[in-house]
Amino acid sequence: MRILILLTSLLLATAAVSSPLRIKITEGVVEPLPFAAPSFIAENAAGAEYAEALADIIAQDLIGSGLFREIPEAAHISKITSFASPVQYSDWKAINAQALITGTVSGSATGQITIKFRIYDVFAGAELGKGLRFSGSADGWRRMAHKVADVVYGRITGETGYFDSRVVFVSETGRKGDRKKRLAIMDYDGANVQYLTDSKSIVLAPRFSPTGDRVLYTSYETGFPQIYLLDVGSVKRKVLQNSAGTMSFAPRFAPNGNSVVYSLERGGNTDIYLMSLTSGKNRRLTNAASIETAPSFSPDGSQIVFESDRSGSQQLYVMSANGGAPKRISFGAGRYGTPVWSPRGDLIAFTKQNKGRFHIGVMRVDGSKERLLTASFLDEGPSWSPNGRVIMFTRETQGSSGSSSLYSVDISGRNLKPVKTPDGASDPAWSPLGR
Amino acid sequence: MKWLSKVGAVLCLTSVIGCSETGAPGSGASSGSRGSVDDPTSEAFFETSVGDRVFFDVDQSVLSPAARDILDGQATWLKGNTEYSVIIEGHADEQGTREYNLALGARRANAVREYLMDAGVDADRLQTLSYGKERPVELCSLERCYAQNRRGVTVLNNIGF
Repeated sequence: MRILILLTSLLLATAAVSSPLRIKITEGVVEPLPFAAPSFIAENAAGAEYAEALADIIAQDLIGSGLFREIPEAAHISKITSFASPVQYSDWKAINAQALITGTVSGSATGQITIKFRIYDVFAGAELGKGLRFSGSADGWRRMAHKVADVVYGRITGETGYFDSRVVFVSETGRKGDRKKRLAIMDYDGANVQYLTDSKSIVLAPRFSPTGDRVLYTSYETGFPQIYLLDVGSVKRKVLQNSAGTMSFAPRFAPNGNSVVYSLERGGNTDIYLMSLTSGKNRRLTNAASIETAPSFSPDGSQIVFESDRSGSQQLYVMSANGGAPKRISFGAGRYGTPVWSPRGDLIAFTKQNKGRFHIGVMRVDGSKERLLTASFLDEGPSWSPNGRVIMFTRETQGSSGSSSLYSVDISGRNLKPVKTPDGASDPAWSPLGR
Repeated sequence: MKWLSKVGAVLCLTSVIGCSETGAPGSGASSGSRGSVDDPTSEAFFETSVGDRVFFDVDQSVLSPAARDILDGQATWLKGNTEYSVIIEGHADEQGTREYNLALGARRANAVREYLMDAGVDADRLQTLSYGKERPVELCSLERCYAQNRRGVTVLNNIGF
């Protein structure tokens, strides 16, 4: 499945020009930036089938971010017929396309494709950065389009793009009282769904390793909930904690990928433990009569945020990665659960339950500046995009025909939208950067 | 409590959806092939006459007086029918996050287990299993359904002699 993509500068590119074309995400974008992405030029017959599709995926990525708006091809005055010819800026200005993306694609007899692209700042009348070339297996054409969109997003926002990413989640079929669940993985936009387990056992809450090649999750495969480690490439899995009379769940990787923080229940009491994947040794991090679960490491590995009902209701706490006295950080009305530390380290996303409604929210790591991003009958389980700008979560509708699906929302609270999946879906976990 | 289980049976007769739940894994519902309700040593008798489940308040695992009455009956029955081991399922309603509800279900199952142990049932016969909110028996999003889903279910397993 791994696709080698070569990233090289086009030598014929013009020198970089400092440019006013920029979206500052932090200032809260209300007006999306208009762009044009005409169909790529096919350099040969083998490239022809990808020419239009590449431009479509790039456009969908940019539009889907909520930060960009496409000027449709029907409105274009100029047609891009030659990648090398100068761009007629006036034609693109006339339709208010502030950014223009042009590209070519060629295919080889060995199943490779090569794409080249350029990004123009139309109103500055100059290229925005250098043109680039990607080569790889034709199977990975969508991934190449996502990489182009990441470059466009990166050059215009100054942030890292998140389009070349994947999501592991729980695919759901069957009625509410007897849901069939299996692990699945897909591109962030819902394409290329693959199933990682069958639906014989309930599976819950997967998480990617820091390199995206392994997944932790909880399964009822033995009849009892236990934590598992699965290799995405080989789909081989193994149980990590299977002590008699216990339930293990809520596993997440440490940022170094070598250990797993998780919950272990014994005699009705749930605490948080740290397991070394190399030695298999366990260390107990909390020791309380209350429920301690849903741990999440800070990106630097020094701290863990988790939920506990030691105060009498579910609240969020931060402790050292070695355990020790935790500090409560949630103090608003209602219950707080499923905390997830952002990959940038600056925020903690959570589920909040208050007055019969569920919310996805974010707060600073000290608990200040709480902001609720969503509200519904049941929203839960936030997961961060690799650049820390977007959150994906589960939304469940109410009633006996209720079902679960995935949604995403910007941390600004804007751009709430469903994520396409073939069946019902829950418990999304976004991959790290570069998968 | 007997009245409640009869209401459940009527609901099942009048609702195709309700009936199809019967025997679903984790539902704690009868499979319908567990002996006669007239045989006091049968699983069917245990489920219908002794009562196989107890209910909990929101976010609680404390056993109510009504729940303790049911469990006293279960303990007496289990001590007289030693060919059965037991898996005690703990369940939660949908109003909670998934992993918290798993822990809450475990707490509920353990409350039942400890009560049965205190009442003289051998601990080796009693395993616990939490389903969290994964296996509701009633599917509406109203308190009357939630009340049926916040449950501890004593599921019999005939281990023979």
